[in-house]
Amino acid sequence: MFAIEVENLTKKFDGFTAVDSVSFTITSGEIFGLLGPNGAGKTTAISMLSTLLRPTSGSARVNGFEITKHEGDVRKSIGVVFQDQSLDEELTAYENMDFHARLYRIPRDVRQQKIAELLRLVELDEKKDNLVKTFSGGMRRRLEIARGLLHEPNVLFLDEPTLGLDPQTRNHLWAYIEQMNKEKGITIILTTHYMDEADRLCDRVAIIDKGKIIALDTPEKLKEELGGDVITIKASERDRLYEQLKALSWVIHVESHDGYVTINLQNAERHVAELARLSATNGIDIESLSIRKPTLEDVFLHYTGRTMREEEASSKDQMRLMHRLHRR
Amino acid sequence: MDIVYTIWLRNMKRYLRSKSRIIGSLGMPLFFLLVLGFGLNSVVRIPGGAGEDYTGFIVPGIVAMSVLFTSVFSGIQIIWDKQFGFLKETLVAPVSRLEIMLGQTMGGATTACIQGLIILVLSLFMGLNVTSALGLLIAAAFMVLIGLSFTAFGIAIASKMEDMHGFQLIMNFVIFPIFGLSGALFPIDSLPSWLRSLTLLDPLTYGVEGIRYGLAGTSQVHPFVGFVVLVGFTMFMLVAGAALFKKISV
Repeated sequence: MFAIEVENLTKKFDGFTAVDSVSFTITSGEIFGLLGPNGAGKTTAISMLSTLLRPTSGSARVNGFEITKHEGDVRKSIGVVFQDQSLDEELTAYENMDFHARLYRIPRDVRQQKIAELLRLVELDEKKDNLVKTFSGGMRRRLEIARGLLHEPNVLFLDEPTLGLDPQTRNHLWAYIEQMNKEKGITIILTTHYMDEADRLCDRVAIIDKGKIIALDTPEKLKEELGGDVITIKASERDRLYEQLKALSWVIHVESHDGYVTINLQNAERHVAELARLSATNGIDIESLSIRKPTLEDVFLHYTGRTMREEEASSKDQMRLMHRLHRR
Repeated sequence: MDIVYTIWLRNMKRYLRSKSRIIGSLGMPLFFLLVLGFGLNSVVRIPGGAGEDYTGFIVPGIVAMSVLFTSVFSGIQIIWDKQFGFLKETLVAPVSRLEIMLGQTMGGATTACIQGLIILVLSLFMGLNVTSALGLLIAAAFMVLIGLSFTAFGIAIASKMEDMHGFQLIMNFVIFPIFGLSGALFPIDSLPSWLRSLTLLDPLTYGVEGIRYGLAGTSQVHPFVGFVVLVGFTMFMLVAGAALFKKISV
């Protein structure tokens, strides 16, 4: 049973293609991640799936309902936590929940009880009568997640759920998300540009770049495909080193990027000595060398030739973050 | 209807909670009432007004003003909801945009009428005599119509505006002329005929004259004509506002 089926979904804005013929399916009960840098098209994809934006072409079904034809049914069956806050700050936590419950026509007799239950789940029951404007970023996020669950959706969309939150709050939120998925069997589709988040939470990850899905699998498999290990070398003449490395048989993939050379290989510890010898005979100074297990960041690098961090400096994201911090 | 009520309820809660907004938006009408009412009372004679003084004359105009400003402002508040993200929460819910728009309109109209009533009550202390309950009801009906039509007007504008930057423009070039051209501060019968026909194009004129008929018993537009025109305008604004709000994107 598929919770979401997407076929050739495309969205163009004035000639710019934000989402480019994307296809994937998500099984019920899965936590599915869209991982990619800012501007990759994640939010646009979510907006289309949650019926806020009409696709230019292609189709998608959410809980079996066509997103362009049965908007009402789609909306009833999904919960959405947007990237930017969507709470009414002038209302209390309880009132925000109550507003949502009424909008989704949750019967009066179960409304109060459900709200109380969910506020307890996200540990906000003691603050329920406080105005949201007094809440911290993490509390707001938790409230939004609780609100998204209020009408018992089959699918929950989380757009950058932990953007701008401190590590402790992030860990806390991750635990909630996993708990909801396990206990209530809710299918979760989340977008993120934090690779650790995708790695920790997601059953499967679609890596998205420039509107296209460039890889889709479980985090483990995505990393395995790179070989077992990654060696990162900082060296002055990295272009020459890069050329040398390309010729070696045990190098699965090598990439030269922002000051580093990254090698994907198996059994790295057996080849370090050879690497050192190779650079010594060629007169290349190695400043530093590290061996580690591959991360999803390496997967992204492998497929795009860029690191996701390089994309990070996007001004829009900075502004958004500032805005959010400012609001706290 | 329950959705319309839900959105209305949110508007009410926000309104009652923002004391500074209530006080703030009373400021200008009160200022007008005091300065013009007391300042010009001894100087100005209303032609044809049977012994009516200027304070009594402008009270309906100031009431209409406060309903007008509050309602347009309430409608335009949609932009805030857009900027602060709350609009998304409503738009992604399984409710129609018409319901959202109507709820917002009802909410805006209610707050606007409350503001108008506050001015009305304060005017009682300035010498306003309300003689008949029916008159008060008539005045209230016109206030409701002004509230509904201009909240819808605000929503229509907000649906087209990206952010609050255009707000000053709208205030200065749309709302103030609408207020100024209505017979709020002067009797329209004493205007040159070309200007008089211009005031008759202003929907607020009919609202002001209707309220004046209710409160003072005299008006320069027949209250029934005023009522029909204002109902028509309200209908038009509701349809236009709903149509534009339907196309709003976040």
